[in-house]
Amino acid sequence: MLDNLPRLPVAQWASDFVDWLTSSFSFIFDPIKEVLEGLMDWIIQILEFIPPTLFIVIVMALAFIFMKNKVLSPILIGVGLLFIYNQGLWANLIDTMTLVIISGLISVVFGIPLGILMSKSTGFETVMKPILDFMQTMPAFVYLIPAVAFFGIGMVPGVFASVIFSAPPTIRLTNLGIRQISAELIEASDSFGTTPMQKLVKVQLPLARSSIMAGVNQTIMLALSMVVIASMIGAPGLGTEVLSSLQRAQVGTGFVAGLGIVILAIIIDRFTQSKK
Amino acid sequence: MSVIEIKNVTKVFGTYDEEVQELLHNNASKDEIIKKTGATVAVKSANLSIESGEVFVVMGLSGSGKSTLIRLINRLIDPTEGDLLIKDKNVAQLSPSELREFRRSNLSMVFQNFALFPFKNILENAAFGLEVRKFPKKQRREKAEEALDLVGLGNYKKQLPNQLSGGMQQRVGLARALANDTDILLMDEAFSALDPLIRKEMQQELLQLQQKMQKTIVFITHDLDEALSIGDRIALMKDGEIAQVGKPEEIVTNPANDYVKSFVKDIDRSKVLKVKHVMKRVDGESISTDLPSINSEALLYETYPLFKDGVHELTVEANGQNIGILEFNKVFEVLAQGNEVENNVG
Ligand SMILES: Nc1ncnc2c1ncn2[C@@H]1O[C@H](COP(=O)(O)OP(=O)(O)O)[C@@H](O)[C@H]1O
Ligand SMILES: [Mg+2]
Repeated sequence: MLDNLPRLPVAQWASDFVDWLTSSFSFIFDPIKEVLEGLMDWIIQILEFIPPTLFIVIVMALAFIFMKNKVLSPILIGVGLLFIYNQGLWANLIDTMTLVIISGLISVVFGIPLGILMSKSTGFETVMKPILDFMQTMPAFVYLIPAVAFFGIGMVPGVFASVIFSAPPTIRLTNLGIRQISAELIEASDSFGTTPMQKLVKVQLPLARSSIMAGVNQTIMLALSMVVIASMIGAPGLGTEVLSSLQRAQVGTGFVAGLGIVILAIIIDRFTQSKK
Repeated sequence: MSVIEIKNVTKVFGTYDEEVQELLHNNASKDEIIKKTGATVAVKSANLSIESGEVFVVMGLSGSGKSTLIRLINRLIDPTEGDLLIKDKNVAQLSPSELREFRRSNLSMVFQNFALFPFKNILENAAFGLEVRKFPKKQRREKAEEALDLVGLGNYKKQLPNQLSGGMQQRVGLARALANDTDILLMDEAFSALDPLIRKEMQQELLQLQQKMQKTIVFITHDLDEALSIGDRIALMKDGEIAQVGKPEEIVTNPANDYVKSFVKDIDRSKVLKVKHVMKRVDGESISTDLPSINSEALLYETYPLFKDGVHELTVEANGQNIGILEFNKVFEVLAQGNEVENNVG
């Protein structure tokens, strides 16, 4: 009986929809792609221009300045980066860092304002919540399809997929952080006649700061976790090594590249958490 | 001159539909209205007129609508009905930007749980109102330091709020309000979160400051002792309604209804009633000068040590002149029975 029902052409619809989006909005997607590519080339060039030794020293110095443990953290970070260099993965590291930095930046630049809007308007929050749930529960692979449709292959679609997958925590935790502020503090602000902007900048954002930072940290870690997946659509970096090892069953090189990702993850995590 | 006029102000939380209006019109109780419609009547047709320079205390049990009433004054809560005239301006009709401007220059508030900004140091907290008003940095600093000196915290400018005790934190809250230099000070249970001893101390300090400042203070409390000891006048609230307004001695000696009566019956009257409320006014010349003398502003308990060795009468003086006689019998009678004071009240 069930077999007699015709199959709903959902796949066809989705494909038509994406085709329509791609062709009607190419005037948006194309410039975005160009700008992002230019930006990333520029960042990669700068990072590659710095000699690895100097680069490692700079990162260690930053660790010394920002982290609580002034001895162990810089040393471990230095050893980790040296290891990556030693394994011939330096260029991949730079690519991956660029991908993570750009996706992280875009997520933060759009995520924090969206979170603020959600905290100001309950209506907007109601609309956004299911969208955020959807963005996070969809398997990350699925985002590769529209990413490729809009932007072709390479780093840009990688960034696109990473942003969609990783932005929700920043949006959510910005909203939550602002909503959790005690009513009395908001009343105190209002009672002294703050404008909505003064209240946001002088009271709400500082009070929500640790929550927002936790969101940003999660976002960056999620972006990093997209690295391997994004390499499937040609985003260069450490992920590419993992992927090709996987395809050729080269356990050793796969392990080394995977280790490189873990080292980068730990370093970025330490840095984004270290700010008090 | 009255600075704050509250005229027929009602605040209903929840839907304010015809049913609620009808019930309110028929003088239904708060309980009845919430049962029938789900709407909470927090303040019901309140009428108050608060004079310039007085400490006006609003007192009532938890949930009686005190916080709502004080927030209606600076419109942190919008009234459902009625008019709020502050310095002859109808606050209920101000636009958002007019309201901001009005709050900045006329009203400062002190909160029950201090509501200090944890990421700002004490000086920055005290300067918040001035920062919002975009005062130049230097002036902000000077005024905030002045206010901190006034509350005795001049040496703690660089600390963060959580490094201070509760009493000190509330001094910062007070300094933040004072630095703003408005004539009206709103204090919502400002001392309720403090230990009893610190609380007494803060009450005394507030009164001392008030002697210098002469601000109009609206002070909320659920504690009758606090109300009686700092209020020039007191409004008693019950279920959103104002049950009685009067001077402390009027509330104690002439409770308007059984509710107020039950409130004041356990009060130590000797610490509320003053000599002038109980004395017999007599022409100055005819008073014998052999008797011990007491100031007319003294509280009754302060007369106890003087009634000894057979002394049954005291002379009452005010501004260096003898104005009357205080009889022991009369004092005893007033304290023992809680009789109404016949005359001189006020
Ligand atoms: N935001 C609100 N929403 C709904 N009901 C409220 C709100 N604020 C206060 N109420 C209700 O209004 C009444 C008066 O509250 P409140 O003014 O806080 O009393 P008090 O300060 O005397 O304890 C209470 O019954 C309370 O439950
Ligand atoms: Mg209250």
